[in-house]
Amino acid sequence: MTGGNQYRDSVATGMLPSEESHRALLQSIVDVARAIFGAQASSIFLLDRDTDELVFEAVSGEGEGDLIGMRIPSSTGIAGWVLVTGQPIVINDLQQDPRFARQAAERTGYVPKALMAVPLVNGETTLGVLQVLDRTEDRSRSLGEIDLLILFANQAAIGLDLLQATRRARAAAEQGDVVEAVVARIAGLLERSQDDPAGLRLLEALESVLVRLAPDSP
Amino acid sequence: MSEDLPAWSLTADAVEGISIASNWPEHVTREWALGGATGAGVDVCVLDSGVDGDHPLIGDVDTRVAVVFEGDEIHVVPDEEGDVVGHGSACAGVIRSLAPECRLHSVRVLGSGNTGTGDLILAGLEHAIEQRYDVVNMSLSTTKRKFAESLHELADDAYFQGTVLVASAHNMPVESYPWRFSSVISVGSHEGTDSWEWYANPSPPVEFFARGVDIDVAWFGGSTLRCTGNSFAAPHIAGLAALVLSKHPGLTPFQLKSILYLTASNTGGKE
Repeated sequence: MTGGNQYRDSVATGMLPSEESHRALLQSIVDVARAIFGAQASSIFLLDRDTDELVFEAVSGEGEGDLIGMRIPSSTGIAGWVLVTGQPIVINDLQQDPRFARQAAERTGYVPKALMAVPLVNGETTLGVLQVLDRTEDRSRSLGEIDLLILFANQAAIGLDLLQATRRARAAAEQGDVVEAVVARIAGLLERSQDDPAGLRLLEALESVLVRLAPDSP
Repeated sequence: MSEDLPAWSLTADAVEGISIASNWPEHVTREWALGGATGAGVDVCVLDSGVDGDHPLIGDVDTRVAVVFEGDEIHVVPDEEGDVVGHGSACAGVIRSLAPECRLHSVRVLGSGNTGTGDLILAGLEHAIEQRYDVVNMSLSTTKRKFAESLHELADDAYFQGTVLVASAHNMPVESYPWRFSSVISVGSHEGTDSWEWYANPSPPVEFFARGVDIDVAWFGGSTLRCTGNSFAAPHIAGLAALVLSKHPGLTPFQLKSILYLTASNTGGKE
């Protein structure tokens, strides 16, 4: 018997939650963060290590719908600052800053006045940055705010980690041999059509044909 | 005997040879520790993203180097770019606000992309220790465990040669270095807005809490930015360390940490 393990891996890959499920998780995190802080916007950046860029993966509020996939250099502005130092930060009066990633902010169509940002760290790896822009004025507990933001950051880091793992697994399956890729795709389709038994019946029929064709069938 | 062994023990006739002059008062106060001090004569290094030397809150920067990859090798070169991120300038301004006459040195290890940051931090710290700066501010950390052992050794080297490392604590539930090492002074934020308030923490690894909330820090183009974060608590302690060292040159990191403890806002030495 050959190939049993890689086909099993392919099936496992095919049955991973879809990219959309992970995106929905990240979206939910920025939606809740924005609501809790009464903020104008919240966003999650993923660090693309190949290009050294930060990529918008989820946005709630200002820029929602337009920014997903937009890239900025990883050292740009406050997000870059948080990424390189690994330290959370709260900033008020951003308008005082003549250089703060203004071009990047103008590209996004929104220039914030205040900003909170925290690195997204999973284990030893910094995966990206979570930002909250222009929260409500009540800032009686600055350090408490950071603690709360860190709780969201933990969730977001897990979400980003899952998203990246899924992307890597799919890419690996697609780079495998043709049969592995097909098996992965079929497993994924079956996983998503569990309510309709037609696909499963067809596969069972295919199995009975393959059993007869296989030279060392039991 | 071929060579003299290092003095890991103290013979009776050597006791006189190691007498240490002590002018410490019975009750250490802030006035004794740093009253009237300006930081003059003390070399403070900002290991960060570079320092903007033209900013009015920062003033002169004595030396500026960048630690960079050239191919696979790391080199320390003159810093032609300055601060590309803004973080190092912000920290330098805080130090200058407390110790107006200290000599500032910038070692840039951040801001030129995210590849190999841990290696650059290690090389930058090694350079700072070789320069024998009195104080090194590190408002940064690495989460990579593979750097922990080397950082630990460097931190111990610094401690024994008399270079004080001040590092911001990571207020996130991750393991990071070097702030957790006992040979550095680790700093978190308190919620007050007085730069002259600092607290000793009876529950380490964070050893001191200093001002880290709503600070107007130096920012690009001569402007300021109101910031909150542990990144700015550490340079408060670095600035205080510079003051104490300018008034009492030659203190060891152990003695300096003791003075900061004795003069903290919660230990009775404030007045």
